[in-house]
Amino acid sequence: MKLHLESISHAYAGVAVLSDINLEIPAGQIVCIVGPSGCGKSTLLRFIGGLERPASGKVVQIGQPPADSINPLTYVFQDFALLPWRTVEGNISLVLEDHRIRGAQAKSIIDDVLARTRLSDFRRALPRQLSGGMKQRVAIARALAVNPAVMLLDEPLSALDSQTRELLMDDLIGLWTRQPFTAVYVTHNLQEAVRLGHAIVVLSRRPGQIREVVMIDKPLEARRFGDADLELQQRHLWELMRAEAIAADQELVGD
Amino acid sequence: MTDSTTRRAVDYRGGGFSPRRIRWIGPLVFIVLIGLLEWGTRSGFITPLTLPRPSDVLTTFGELWSSGLLWKHLLPSLTRLFVGAVMGATAGILIGIMIGLFSYVRAGLVPLLAAIFPIPKIALLPLFVIWFGIDEGSKYALIALGTFTPTVVATYGAVDNVDRTLIRMGQSFGLSWQSIVRKIVLPGAMPGILSGLRISLAIAIILLVAAEMLGAEYGIGAYILEAGSLYDLERLFAGVAILSLLGVLVSALLGMIEARLLGWRS
Repeated sequence: MKLHLESISHAYAGVAVLSDINLEIPAGQIVCIVGPSGCGKSTLLRFIGGLERPASGKVVQIGQPPADSINPLTYVFQDFALLPWRTVEGNISLVLEDHRIRGAQAKSIIDDVLARTRLSDFRRALPRQLSGGMKQRVAIARALAVNPAVMLLDEPLSALDSQTRELLMDDLIGLWTRQPFTAVYVTHNLQEAVRLGHAIVVLSRRPGQIREVVMIDKPLEARRFGDADLELQQRHLWELMRAEAIAADQELVGD
Repeated sequence: MTDSTTRRAVDYRGGGFSPRRIRWIGPLVFIVLIGLLEWGTRSGFITPLTLPRPSDVLTTFGELWSSGLLWKHLLPSLTRLFVGAVMGATAGILIGIMIGLFSYVRAGLVPLLAAIFPIPKIALLPLFVIWFGIDEGSKYALIALGTFTPTVVATYGAVDNVDRTLIRMGQSFGLSWQSIVRKIVLPGAMPGILSGLRISLAIAIILLVAAEMLGAEYGIGAYILEAGSLYDLERLFAGVAILSLLGVLVSALLGMIEARLLGWRS
C-alpha cells in the first residue's frame, strides 16, 4: 500500500501552516520529514493518519492494506501515550480487544511483539516502573501488534536522552531489516533523519512547503553512528534548514 | 582563584516541602486534646456548662449502647445516608461524565449547576417534604441533592483533565467510542471522581442531621437535635462523636477504594 499526499494546505485561525504539499510515501520505505519548529510537520502527520482534516487537498491510499493488517495507519507518539493503569501486556491488548482479538490469538500476538521489542520479561510491569526508552519500546510493540501498513512516528525519540535514542534507533533499524515496513517519521533531529530515512523531506518554515527531498541510498543496516557520508548529508540538511530555523526562531509566537 | 585560603562546606538549603507520612501524630492529637478537656473539667478550670466531661460523654455513649438505642438511632441514619448518597453520587457521576463528553449537555447544564450549587439544600427541606412526603423520601432527596452537585462538578472537571493524547491514541488505533469512554476516559477520570466523593460524602453526613430535623423519631440527627433542645450536652456530644466517627469511617472506606482502583499511581 502506498500513500499519496495531494496538494495539502492548511491554516489554523487564519495563519497558514502548510502550503501545497505533494508527496509520495512508497511502500516498504521510511520517509523522514524534517523542518524547523512550527513548520507543520506534526500536523502533516496527523493528516496522514486521519486524526485531523486538512483545509484543502487530500491524503490518498493507493492499493489495499494487507488483509492481516488490523489498523493500517498506526501512530507512535512522542510522549508514548501508554495507559498508566494498564500493564505492558494490557496496553497492547487494549488495541486488540476492539478488533475482537482475544484469548489465545491475542496472547500469541502479544508474545510475538514483546519478543521482537525484547520486552518479554516486563509484560506485567506498569508504565510508571519503566524508563522512557522502555515505554517507547512498549508503544512500538503496541504499534507492531496491529500489523500496520504504514507506521506514523511523531518525534518518537525526542523525549529520550541521547544514549537511549541511539539504542532505540538500532532497535528500529533491526525491526525494519528483519521485516521492512512503510513509515513516515517526523523529527527535528537531523541525525535521526540520516540514520533512518530512505528519503528525507525538508520543509520550510511556516507556512511549511517542501524545500527539497534528499534521497539516501545507503542501506539502513550499513549506516553507523558517525559515518562520514552521513555526516555530509546531515551538514547538507542543516545548511538547507539553518536560515529557516533562524527565521522561525525569531517569529513572534501566536501571531 | 584569587582566594584559596578560606575553606567552607556549602550550606544545605534544599530541605522541606516534602510531606512525610507519620502515623502516630494523628491519634496523639486526639488523646492530648481529650486529656486536656478531662483534666480541665475535673479541676474546675472548665465549668460543666461550657463543655461536658469526656468521661461523662463516654458513659452516656455506654448507656446508649447497652440500652440498644444506639442501633435504633444508627440504623435508620445509616440507611438514609447510604440510599441518599448512592442516589446522589450515581446521578452526579453519570451527569458529570455526560457534561464532560457532550458539548450540548455542557452548554445546557453548567449554568444550571452554577445556579443550584450555592443554594443551601437545607432551605429546600420544607419543599422536599411537600414533594416527597415527611417520611424517608424527603430525607433521601435532601441528601441526594446535596451529594449530587459537588459530585457533578468534580466529575466533569476530572473528565476534562483526562490526557487528550491518550484519547487521540485510542482513536488512532480505531477504538470505538464506547471503548474510549470505558477504557480511557473513565479510568483516567477516576482519581478526580474519588477525591470529589470525599467532599460529597462529608456533605452527605452534614445533611443527614438536617434531614432528620423534620419528621424523624429515630436517627443520629434526631438524637442530637433533641439533646440540643434540652441542653443535654453529654448526649449532644455523644451524638456528635458518632458523626465524627462516621466521617472517619467513610474516609477510610474511600481510602481503601482508592488503594484498590488507583494502585497504578504509585
